[in-house]
Amino acid sequence: MSEPLLSLSGVNTYYGESHILHDLGFDLRKGEVVGILGRNGVGKTTTLQSILGIPAPRSGEIRFRGETISGLPTHDIVSRGVGWVPQGHRIFPTLTVVENIELAAARSRPGSWTAERIYEAFPRLHTRRDARGGSLSGGEQQMLAIARALVQNPELFLMDEPSEGLSPLIVQEIGALIKRLNAEGNTILLVEQNLAFALSISHRILIMAKGAIVYSGKPDDIRDDPDITHRFLGVGTAAAD
Amino acid sequence: MLDFLIAQTLNGLVYSMLLFLLALGLSLTFGMLRVINLAHGAFYLMGAYFGLTAWNLTHSFWAAIIVATVGAAIVGMLLERSWLQRFYVRNELDQVILTFGFALVFADIMKMLWGKDIHSIPVPPLLSGAVHIAGTYFPAYRLILVGVGVALFVATWLAIERTRTGALIRASVADRVMVSGLGFNIRLLFTYVFGFGTAIAGLAGVLGAPITGIYPGLDFEVLITTLIVVVVGGLGNISGAFWAALLIGLAETYGKALYPAAASFIIFGLMAAVLLIRAWGRDEEDVE
Repeated sequence: MSEPLLSLSGVNTYYGESHILHDLGFDLRKGEVVGILGRNGVGKTTTLQSILGIPAPRSGEIRFRGETISGLPTHDIVSRGVGWVPQGHRIFPTLTVVENIELAAARSRPGSWTAERIYEAFPRLHTRRDARGGSLSGGEQQMLAIARALVQNPELFLMDEPSEGLSPLIVQEIGALIKRLNAEGNTILLVEQNLAFALSISHRILIMAKGAIVYSGKPDDIRDDPDITHRFLGVGTAAAD
Repeated sequence: MLDFLIAQTLNGLVYSMLLFLLALGLSLTFGMLRVINLAHGAFYLMGAYFGLTAWNLTHSFWAAIIVATVGAAIVGMLLERSWLQRFYVRNELDQVILTFGFALVFADIMKMLWGKDIHSIPVPPLLSGAVHIAGTYFPAYRLILVGVGVALFVATWLAIERTRTGALIRASVADRVMVSGLGFNIRLLFTYVFGFGTAIAGLAGVLGAPITGIYPGLDFEVLITTLIVVVVGGLGNISGAFWAALLIGLAETYGKALYPAAASFIIFGLMAAVLLIRAWGRDEEDVE
């Protein structure tokens, strides 16, 4: 078997004195969409940010494309082909849409996505190109956050709750976009609170509790066994959508 | 009386421009690095001394300008790399104590190297004449200083608002973690911005030398006034720094000429008034 695109083993991450991730380990293969689920505060966001070195794990190893990246500075990790779509979009509010895209494009790797293609794929962003990031709607900001990662042509996308705070229609749109990115060969690691959304786009689901993976399975397994979501997420599937 | 007023206004404008150059670096550094550099005044005096030594060796004002600016930039970047960078994760008090400590250390080193005497750099012959405008003679050098200040303000404003590097700086002011999450080496960027700030302070020092002179203690004099300018203008706000420099520079100059005893009270009073007004404005925003 070939080496996974991303692998974490024995990862321990702290915020100050708080021990957030406990010997966390999992693999991600090229072309997979993997969703991480879990209650609030179990370390989902910290998992994504540990991969980016924000902050770096105190112990354990993270490998990307066969090389150790844990301990490297964030900009170095990103330059190796990791694209970050952070929680809450984190669009630069004082920069225009064009400036947000161009700033990301200045650090892009060779690939098929260019600013022009971005505007073709996101006509809404083209219409709003001179608007400041801070004046965009939530849905537009999320589109821009994804476009900003996309224009860098990463091999791995880290998406932190892309459906958060968006209307069902926009969530559908984002889901279709993620499926399209995956069909083009991109690998996506997704953190979600929205169970139905995560099940609809992921190949594999990891459930976290107290900073570790407590369940791993296929979306169908979870749909077929309400006990899993009840036990690990504290919800019945009926309440999931 | 009119002559007196015109002369004092020009003096005030010159002083304002020196304050603006100082405030520009301090404000930009704070906006991006979130560190108040209390050693900023030391870079003004350092620039003046670097310029003095260069002038003594070459008798060229241009050489003095280059040596002062480049020298202050190098010392600034070394300070950022070797010390400040380790303090970004610490609290504000630690950072302030560190930069204040360096202000004292630099002051002592400069005293050891250049002594306690008052020095000056003569105005270059080309600029030492006077310009005749509206019945009054203006020293050409002072007029040029005002022009340099305004030009640097416009250039910096355009660079920040209209260029790609400017967009990077604005992005870093808003969210520096996200900037590194896009693949930019934010630490290197911090070093350059800090170096730019100290370079402009050094430039102000050498340009101001023919007017203010060069002497121990000048570093802290300009530091305090610059802090007032930055507070009045709004931390991290370049346009604000420009208008605040004009306000404080003119107020202090008129004050010194008309009521010498109350001069320093005037600028502190202005700062207090601006802070009060801004606090009221903020309350109203909260209500909405």
